[in-house]
Amino acid sequence: MKIIVCIKQVPDTAEVRINPETNTLVRDGVPSIINPYDLHALEAGLRLKEQVGGTVTALTMGPPQAEEALREAISMGADDAVLLTDRAFAGADTLATAYALSRAARKVGFDLILCGKQAIDGDTAQVGPEMAELLGIPHIAYVKGLVGFSVEGVRVQRLMEDGYDIVESPLPVLLTVVKELNEPRLPSLKGKMRARKAEIRRLTREDIGAEEERVGLKGSPTQVRRIFAPETRKERKMLTGTAEEQVTRLVEELKSLKCI
Amino acid sequence: MNYFLTEEQQMIRDLARQIAEEKVVPQRAELDEKEEFPWEVMKTLAQSDMFGIFIPEEFGGLGMGSFELCLAVEELSRACLGVSTSYAANALGTYPILLFGTEEQKERFLPDIAAGRRLVAFALTEANAGSDAAGVQTTAVKDGDHYVLNGTKQWITNGGEAEIYTVIAITDRTRGARGASAFIVEKGAPGFSFGKKEKKMGIRASVTRELIFEDCRIPKENMLGREGMGFIVAMKTLDQSRVGVGAQGVGVAQGALDEAVKFARQRVQFGKPIISFQAVQHMLADMATQVEAARALVYAVARYVDSGAKEITKASAMAKVFATDMAMKVTTDAVQVMGGSGYMREYPVEKMMRDAKILQIYEGTNQIQRNVIGQALVREAARKA
Ligand SMILES: Cc1cc2nc3c(=O)[nH]c(=O)nc-3n(C[C@H](O)[C@H](O)[C@H](O)COP(=O)(O)OP(=O)(O)OC[C@H]3O[C@@H](n4cnc5c(N)ncnc54)[C@H](O)[C@@H]3O)c2cc1C
Ligand SMILES: Cc1cc2nc3c(=O)[nH]c(=O)nc-3n(C[C@H](O)[C@H](O)[C@H](O)COP(=O)(O)OP(=O)(O)OC[C@H]3O[C@@H](n4cnc5c(N)ncnc54)[C@H](O)[C@@H]3O)c2cc1C
Repeated sequence: MKIIVCIKQVPDTAEVRINPETNTLVRDGVPSIINPYDLHALEAGLRLKEQVGGTVTALTMGPPQAEEALREAISMGADDAVLLTDRAFAGADTLATAYALSRAARKVGFDLILCGKQAIDGDTAQVGPEMAELLGIPHIAYVKGLVGFSVEGVRVQRLMEDGYDIVESPLPVLLTVVKELNEPRLPSLKGKMRARKAEIRRLTREDIGAEEERVGLKGSPTQVRRIFAPETRKERKMLTGTAEEQVTRLVEELKSLKCI
Repeated sequence: MNYFLTEEQQMIRDLARQIAEEKVVPQRAELDEKEEFPWEVMKTLAQSDMFGIFIPEEFGGLGMGSFELCLAVEELSRACLGVSTSYAANALGTYPILLFGTEEQKERFLPDIAAGRRLVAFALTEANAGSDAAGVQTTAVKDGDHYVLNGTKQWITNGGEAEIYTVIAITDRTRGARGASAFIVEKGAPGFSFGKKEKKMGIRASVTRELIFEDCRIPKENMLGREGMGFIVAMKTLDQSRVGVGAQGVGVAQGALDEAVKFARQRVQFGKPIISFQAVQHMLADMATQVEAARALVYAVARYVDSGAKEITKASAMAKVFATDMAMKVTTDAVQVMGGSGYMREYPVEKMMRDAKILQIYEGTNQIQRNVIGQALVREAARKA
């Protein structure tokens, strides 16, 4: 079983500052951590490996210092790590990020890819599903429980607003995980020592055969105009009655608000 | 202070601190209140390789020594002495195997111990054998390929929870101090059961229990060292482990000092934070100085022990007596600095004060440590004369 866990290095605070001129994140001087959701993805990968055997490879795209995050993943038990780093990747949006990661995943090889639900800085929750689409494999997002696992496929609980679904998929598959899934372990001393000496494999755009115009700023259709906290609107209405009555009322409401 | 730790030593200290802060601090009050053995923490420590620190690499450990073990013990003690006692008693029980075990015994037991799969306890004390270890009455009688144990050990840390016990029993009463032997007894051995579980003043997360041997048959391969070496095994073991009790003292005192400083900055009386009163500052200054002095001694002795020095009895007794008397004083003063709040269970220092007391009692009372140091002085002087 070849498991890839995608981890992202993020600033260690929810209060990331934004450069008002470039509208990009200011990362200088903020200590970095592994995106908390990705620790749950890593834990899931490590547990699966312990159950069914195989290897866990931590994969990240980022600047050279993202190597730290990969070493931390090794100290927790990942077998090896791949750092996708190249000037050409700079300024990537989620699509360009997902494209580069998917190329790297192809190069590394996998039966299962695990991602966090979302990154606490970018917060889009897009990268995992986009990767799956680019790889042409199924994905299940918001996994809160692994019910079954074999070489044939997975059976998982997918978190919903009002409970969970049970979803099955053959392998290979990509899962994005939520915190309810497990409790990440702490590093071990042997892991830390291995991590210190571990050779981190570095891959560039050329190494993964990624097209130049599909990575980095060039490959990013998203244009950030302004980043701001949306106003929270507290006002809400509950519709009651039978389903039919509710739908009728809803359509009226939407019409009166000129939404439809 | 900078003690010039190597990168690996810092790694051990940092990881132990992380475990202490994330896994121990949040539940220490509850563990204390419920007198609950901290299995969850033990599992975390196992997963993090903390049980393998002082065990040679060939047996699955990290191949380090007393000093590195002290660093881990200190950090855990800063959070909870009950947890650190359970952890340190495991090392105490393991030293007899490490120091006197045959290759075969080491291969049989150390890998499981290093991985934290099996917990260990050390059993010397009995109702009539406290400070006077020679009062041991548990007997081990040879019967073919077995020894048959009879007797009761009391106040054994990790009793009932541990799977491996190193036990001192009398094999030949006529030979006095050379009449005892050391054995490895595994949980589940026929005739081996557990008795009374003590209710304690402090270190309540640790378990202290009676071991009962009734015609308990163990294979003769489980003897440690030769017949008659029991007290030597016990004394050499305690020489090794005592510095760890010193590290417990440094840890709990540091924990109490940190709490006292934090509280004194926040508590306002007479219109000012109480830390601005010189009388309070002086108490804190003395506490901090004592903690640092004890740490320096404990670290120096631990490094001395690891150097392979032969005569470590006096030095390890000094580290134990100084650091644990200090811990009692500093934890008591922390309660004083915090006034009524310090006395209440809402704050952790009353527990630290209750916990610290044990350090002056177990692994040889501090009176006995002073006897040991005094006797060494007499011997050294006689040698010079
Ligand atoms: C126009 C635009 C420009 C940007 N420019 C920059 C820039 O110049 N510099 C910059 O640092 N950021 C930049 N970003 C942010 C960057 O694109 C996103 O952080 C990144 O695409 C991941 O998206 P996300 O944080 O929303 O992750 P999500 O989609 O929320 O993450 C979900 C999961 O995907 C995986 N994942 C996400 N990112 C990575 C990664 N890099 N490596 C491995 N796994 C990953 C993780 O498992 C994660 O839990 C830019 C974004 C946009 C939209
Ligand atoms: C919580 C706890 C955990 C323990 N865990 C273990 C364990 O895991 N394994 C184990 O084998 N034992 C264990 N013990 C036993 C511990 O080591 C003994 O309690 C200790 O050695 C002292 O023995 P005692 O309590 O019988 O005191 P006593 O020997 O009865 O001493 C009573 C008092 O007399 C003083 N005294 C005695 N003799 C002298 C002397 N010659 N000179 C000066 N003063 C003297 C002592 O210092 C003390 O103040 C534990 C005890 C406790 C309380």
